[in-house]
Amino acid sequence: MSLVKKAFETPEKAGEREIWEPRIIAFLCNWCSYAGADLAGISRIQYPPNIRVVRVPCSGRINPYFLIKSLQRGWDGVLVSGCHPGDCHYVSGNLVARRKFAVLKDIMEYIGVEEGRLNFSWVSAAEGERFSRVVKKVVEKVKALGPAKRLVKR
Amino acid sequence: MRNIENIEDSIREVARKLLNEKKVELVIGYEKGTLPLRTAPCFIDNPDDVDKLAWNASCDANLSKYLIGVDKRIGIIAKGCDARSIIVCITEKQIDREKVVIIGIPCAGVVDRKKIEAEVDGEEILEARVTGEKIMVKGKNFEKTLPKKNFLCDSCLTCRHRNPPICDIMVGNKVPEITSAEGFAEVSYLEAKSADDRWAYFTKELGNCIRCYACRNVCPLCYCKECFVDKTLPLWFGKTNDLSDTMIYHIVRVLHVAGRCVDCGACSRVCPMEIDLRALTKKTEKIVKERFNYEAGISLKEVPPLGTFKLEDAQEFVIE
Repeated sequence: MSLVKKAFETPEKAGEREIWEPRIIAFLCNWCSYAGADLAGISRIQYPPNIRVVRVPCSGRINPYFLIKSLQRGWDGVLVSGCHPGDCHYVSGNLVARRKFAVLKDIMEYIGVEEGRLNFSWVSAAEGERFSRVVKKVVEKVKALGPAKRLVKR
Repeated sequence: MRNIENIEDSIREVARKLLNEKKVELVIGYEKGTLPLRTAPCFIDNPDDVDKLAWNASCDANLSKYLIGVDKRIGIIAKGCDARSIIVCITEKQIDREKVVIIGIPCAGVVDRKKIEAEVDGEEILEARVTGEKIMVKGKNFEKTLPKKNFLCDSCLTCRHRNPPICDIMVGNKVPEITSAEGFAEVSYLEAKSADDRWAYFTKELGNCIRCYACRNVCPLCYCKECFVDKTLPLWFGKTNDLSDTMIYHIVRVLHVAGRCVDCGACSRVCPMEIDLRALTKKTEKIVKERFNYEAGISLKEVPPLGTFKLEDAQEFVIE
């Protein structure tokens, strides 16, 4: 519970007490990754409470604006997760998205936004364990980077 | 030997013929500008006016922007890069292939006025003449002859398609392509730096941006009726020149031209703050080349890379 409380504190408050916990926004597709996260919950698989979930119909629905805007708003990390390639509920939404994300990630890193702020993964509805692993990995990566500074609008 | 006068005459001849035979209603080309080293776009609908058309090494504008949204049969003068941007617009169904006559001109590169101005220490140039490989500039207190190859636009130095890949009428002889040109030298140089250095470089460059949107307005591929930066509902990104907003404007701009940009260099030529915009657009070109093995504006049949997918696309960036 204390972890949950910590995660909900605003970054300033956390700073006062010299604790900083990354805040990560997760865009999960309704059909696979959201259900995967749900399964992790039902199965009582533990994962860090640093993520806030936005449920989207498909990873193809995610406009690169969402991800850039999240960074501008001061989220320390972004996680995008959809169905495995070939398993998309809408047949090819995640495949089109994969090309968009590849270009976006390349450009963001080229411009100098740290590798690790934007994260992409595939998690199916049956992979609660995997979801927890992905979240742990992302939280670890973002923790190592520290609070987001670049692109954040002050 | 390519002769500019000859090309100019041939252009006029072609334009006259097209207009007389009513194959086109309008010819878009260049005319002499009011200042030295300048040309202006020229719209000819009367065969008697074709002698206004000019061709010289200052014909730098990409005219293909004028084709979009005009329902007329148009003949257009196109260098290699211009023809490529027309091809991109045709594949994106913005231009009707049946209604455009591409008058292709093999191009040996256009000169960069800013480089010449810097060479003469910003003195006013009163007269300029480009003959063959030499540029003669004259001002109040100076007269200089400069080698043309040192004063070409940056995009011309790395150009690999000096001859239009697709055109209806070719004026003049083909020029040899420079296959040795290392197009991505600057991109590779930046890529080798650390993320911090790159961030420092881009914040310094893009921090100068005054958000005049000249780069967007001139880009032949920015044809959206309503641009994301003009939208207020939803207000995607602020309209201030706060660093974060400016960076995002440029990030999204290059995202939008990814896989479509033909590196005509129009954006960097018009930038009043002389921002290194090609460092970004070149990167998108490199990404689509490496990831999807695609080069924009070469073929009318290929689907733009971001409008399609393959099941076996590389996904090394996916964490799990």
